[in-house]
Amino acid sequence: MTNQVNAPRKAAGRPVAAKSVKSRAAAPTKRTARAKVAKRTPAEVAALTKVYREMLLIRRFEERAARSYTQALIGGYCHLNLGEEAAVVGLLSALERTDYLFTNYREHGYAISRGIDPNRVMAELYGRIDGVSKGWGGSMHMFDITHRLLGGYGIVGGQIPLATGAALAIDYRGGSEVVMCTMGDGTTNIGAFHESLNIAALWNLPIVYVIINNRLGMGTTVEKSSAEPELFRRGAAYRIESARVDGLDPLAVAEASAKAVSAARAGRPYLLEVVSERLRGHSVVDPAKYRSEAEVVQLREHDPVVTFGAQLVRDGVIDADAMAAIEHEVTARIDEAAAFAEASPAPDVATLFDYTYATPVANDSRRLPGQPLFDPAPLPDPGEDQ
Amino acid sequence: MTTMTFRQALQDTLRAEMLRDENVFLLGEEIGVFEGSYKITAGLLAEFGEKRVRDTPIAEEGFTGAAIGAAMLGLRPVVEIMTINFSLLALDQIVNHAAKIYGMFGGQAKVPLVIRTPGGGGQQLGATHSQNIELYYAFVPGLKVVAPSTPADAKSLLIAAIRDDDPVLFLENLALYNTKGDVPDDDTPAEIGRAAVTRAGRDLTLIGYSRMAHVAAQVADQLAASDGLDIEVIDLRSLRPLDRPTIIESVKKTHAAVVVEDDWLTYGIGAEVAATISDGAFDYLDAPVRRVAMAEVPLPYSKSLETAALPSVDDVINAVHQTLDAVGRRHQKVGHD
Repeated sequence: MTNQVNAPRKAAGRPVAAKSVKSRAAAPTKRTARAKVAKRTPAEVAALTKVYREMLLIRRFEERAARSYTQALIGGYCHLNLGEEAAVVGLLSALERTDYLFTNYREHGYAISRGIDPNRVMAELYGRIDGVSKGWGGSMHMFDITHRLLGGYGIVGGQIPLATGAALAIDYRGGSEVVMCTMGDGTTNIGAFHESLNIAALWNLPIVYVIINNRLGMGTTVEKSSAEPELFRRGAAYRIESARVDGLDPLAVAEASAKAVSAARAGRPYLLEVVSERLRGHSVVDPAKYRSEAEVVQLREHDPVVTFGAQLVRDGVIDADAMAAIEHEVTARIDEAAAFAEASPAPDVATLFDYTYATPVANDSRRLPGQPLFDPAPLPDPGEDQ
Repeated sequence: MTTMTFRQALQDTLRAEMLRDENVFLLGEEIGVFEGSYKITAGLLAEFGEKRVRDTPIAEEGFTGAAIGAAMLGLRPVVEIMTINFSLLALDQIVNHAAKIYGMFGGQAKVPLVIRTPGGGGQQLGATHSQNIELYYAFVPGLKVVAPSTPADAKSLLIAAIRDDDPVLFLENLALYNTKGDVPDDDTPAEIGRAAVTRAGRDLTLIGYSRMAHVAAQVADQLAASDGLDIEVIDLRSLRPLDRPTIIESVKKTHAAVVVEDDWLTYGIGAEVAATISDGAFDYLDAPVRRVAMAEVPLPYSKSLETAALPSVDDVINAVHQTLDAVGRRHQKVGHD
């Protein structure tokens, strides 16, 4: 299998030229985004509108999450998909409902795009009982078995062997599902990445590994952490077909994802690098001081939600009134999610020991911190047993 | 009952469970073509094929993690990690993932996984190949850790581990593979979390597991013959959960305890057992709980040094005598005797 070079080589800066967004844009309906509205069927308009709405839903959700975090309604770490909306929506558009998804800890958008009720995603952030993981996981550990989102993992690279094993299980049973496993650019330097790609290639597993390259692992650039900064090329070491796509263009990502998923469904693992942007810091509390002002200005120009919305208006797919209506509807939806989360009860402390083991086991400790191991016993009779 | 080796009990059980449930499959390094470094999986590749007896690359983190992922989808993988020393390479997958997935996601996914792995010193394998680091796993809620010492327990605990819906670390010991014992013919699983009183006695409780359960039994027999002592022996069998009630009941009867472990003393399993006795039977103790453990050094290769570093039968006998001497002094002091 050969590697494909879908983008010009570039040592530093944005590896995929912004203009390639348009030049390579292709709708799931196989018509380019530049086509005039007159040529769009209602179904195509609906599909493009849906993509935009989903991107905006993620954007407004994450903005609300950031706000709730600063209001201390959300605890722990909180990593946002801001800037990755096009990547998220484009990638998941290629998955069937029966396919499986594993992600890293930056996954609120994936949960929403997978079709999970934003109320339940927000409730998880709030640590409430109606959260997708019943309040046990939080921001980094979203899981929904019915939508086949198999986590949300906080350890960098931890999800990669697991996802590979899920693909092994599919193959073992002769199933037709595929697994998609997303990760950040920094993850490609960890051993689990290389061990997993090797195994997937040896065993022809139905899996798509996706690198979301937002060019920063926390504050460290790809060039500073990866000796081969064109990350998709790492697939070559395992003879895994790979490609790079512009992650600011949802339609380009959708097309690349469809190709990758189709390869995986045929038993050929695939490595897809999606060159994206992280509009804010590593997490809500990170002011990202390691970025220059010029870079921040440039980031705004690269905003995928704004860019894609403007493109749809410019191409006449959608008018300003419809855009406003979507904005209004999405904002109301997020308000509802926040209200739902706030109203959801905290988990009952009586359930604290319910999820240590799936199979009940003798002598399992169910002791709260202040409780002794044993009830105070009466003193032995001094004459006893002597 | 059939008399067989520990190795044979493991092999027969793996085969029987694979025949019983097609979701059970094996993976690990050299388990197929090579038939296992210690030949536990001999013959299974020929019988079940590559799908169910899967040779992996040398990638403990990768294949252990893959087994966890496969278990999340309902398969029942039995991983062989060639020795427990190499499990450190899979520590993140075992501790951060296998142990956490059921709880961290609110009970939505089970991880019915078994990791079989041998430990044990005394084979002149040097510092990195002689460890007993099951303690690292016994520390972690979400994992179950079992350590059979007999072929019968090897069978019943392996059946229990494979049929359990949680990740189970199944500890084997290089020195026990060729030991023989009677094995029941039926496939009744053992109950994980239960210790066994393998010898009843009244003078002192001697506690061990895996190879040290044998040392404890040998000491008890020797002291019965030489000194007429009546020592109770507990084989822990399960390190997580730890069967605290069985330990406490015994010490309440014997008033003295010695813990024997094939591992370093500080922060060890023996420390946990001693603390348990302090919590649950403090008023019953007539002497401090004594621990017999390895010298706290990286285990050397040279036979003379290795032997000196490992707990011996004589070390345990000395500890028992010293503990009973302390009991005697105490009794004289308070006038019981």
